[in-house]
Amino acid sequence: MTGPYRRASRLTADVYGNFLRMQRKEARKVRITQFIIVVLFLAFWEMAGRLKWINVLLFSYPSKIVDLLADKLADGTLLVHVEVTLWETIIGFVLGTLSGTAIAMVIWWWPFLSKVLDPFIVVLNSLPKVALGPLFIVALGPGMISIVATTLSITVIITTLVVYNSFKEVDPNYVKVIQVFGGGKTDIFRKVILPASIPTIVSTLKVNVGLAWVGVIVGEFLVSKQGLGYLIIYGFQVFNFTLVIGSVFIIAVAATLMYEGVAYLENRVLSRK
Amino acid sequence: MAVENINLDVRSGEFVSLIGPSGCGKTTILSLIAGLFEPTAGTVSIYGETINKPTRKVGYMLQQDYLFPWRTIYENCIIGLELEGKVSEQKRQYVMQLLEEMGLTGTENKYPHQLSGGMRQRVALVRTLATEPEIMLLDEPFSALDYQTKLQLEDLVAETLKSRQKTAILVTHDISEAIAMSDKVVVLQPCPGKIRKTVDVPNPIRAATPFIARELNGFHDLFHMLWSEFEQMEQKGGYAT
Repeated sequence: MTGPYRRASRLTADVYGNFLRMQRKEARKVRITQFIIVVLFLAFWEMAGRLKWINVLLFSYPSKIVDLLADKLADGTLLVHVEVTLWETIIGFVLGTLSGTAIAMVIWWWPFLSKVLDPFIVVLNSLPKVALGPLFIVALGPGMISIVATTLSITVIITTLVVYNSFKEVDPNYVKVIQVFGGGKTDIFRKVILPASIPTIVSTLKVNVGLAWVGVIVGEFLVSKQGLGYLIIYGFQVFNFTLVIGSVFIIAVAATLMYEGVAYLENRVLSRK
Repeated sequence: MAVENINLDVRSGEFVSLIGPSGCGKTTILSLIAGLFEPTAGTVSIYGETINKPTRKVGYMLQQDYLFPWRTIYENCIIGLELEGKVSEQKRQYVMQLLEEMGLTGTENKYPHQLSGGMRQRVALVRTLATEPEIMLLDEPFSALDYQTKLQLEDLVAETLKSRQKTAILVTHDISEAIAMSDKVVVLQPCPGKIRKTVDVPNPIRAATPFIARELNGFHDLFHMLWSEFEQMEQKGGYAT
């Protein structure tokens, strides 16, 4: 009895094992190819720079950028700029997500308000909000507050729209479950609407990380004396493109890490249900 | 207007089914009894008390389980108690006992997606019973299940409600389900919803479990009688059921 069964299960295990091996092999191949692309690109860039195939003043080359960043790291100035920008971004996307969600709650609570606000929200959503940057600087002064405000102007509206939509799309039958037990509007919100929308809220957090970086960098372009956006504009003005490219590189690394962090958080939250 | 001239008396402990084609306002009648909205004319009263908002006396079971996916089975079961602010050790034991009666022991810490459709609907029954309502409104609670599960659940629900002497009002499309489960079958006609006919189910069928009832003498006569009511409605109004 057990003979054929055991043989069959061994066969299944073999097939499955082969499948897994194939998958792992392919994943490794993808990684190696990606690595080769990066190495080739950097090597070609370095060579082109040193052999003066490209204008070094404009396009620099990797070892020069690394040297510059190492110098700036050593004299302590780089970390200050990174820290300022990171804080502005974190404040921007957390505050943007929270206040967008809060506005969505208010609109959900008063359907009348949602009807009144509808055209304004459409206009605000269509407007490229960074255009408001100069107004923020005039109103809030040249500093961190203006930069955060620019960031919020980008993140809040879209968060409000997305979260409010997810509130509205909760299956009315879930609401009915609460209603038949005599639950009121507060209960409906706390027990159904909000928990059902947590995944959406967390995923807007992810979108807002990207948007916050746009807001912060543009804000720093316009006004600041510190931060990676400032370094880019400064490098541009003094024609130090090694500094510009180095700053862009740091932004890329920091933004990716932040995005991965939030994606990790999202996974944690979603796997709990 | 969805329904008019509905004059329906349900006695305590009675099991009444409302059947009829789509659009005859079956769910509307349940919503009125549940107090989800008020009738524009007339009243709904339970033991002489006029209903204008949901009360604890009435429990409502929906077409699907609508268990909250972010809550465990136990947490889903106590949602009604939570809303009434009545979670206690005693109630917790009562809920656990209900889960056991429904054959759901060991699922209390699982999440709804880990359970089958029939199990989930049984959890929904526990959720409704947890607040100990006197009247159960069943809004096609078996319609989303496969045939076998549906038959099993019909028996379980009928027995559970009978042993607890609950009054029940079942809305269904299914004529044989209505006969098998109830003491009284009310046929509704659509546009606007009206009571067309009220039929008392004879005693042996009433007493038997829904599964056995389907095999008893008189069941098929009753079925054909109700079926012809549906056919007449279709011819007269040109409705597809």
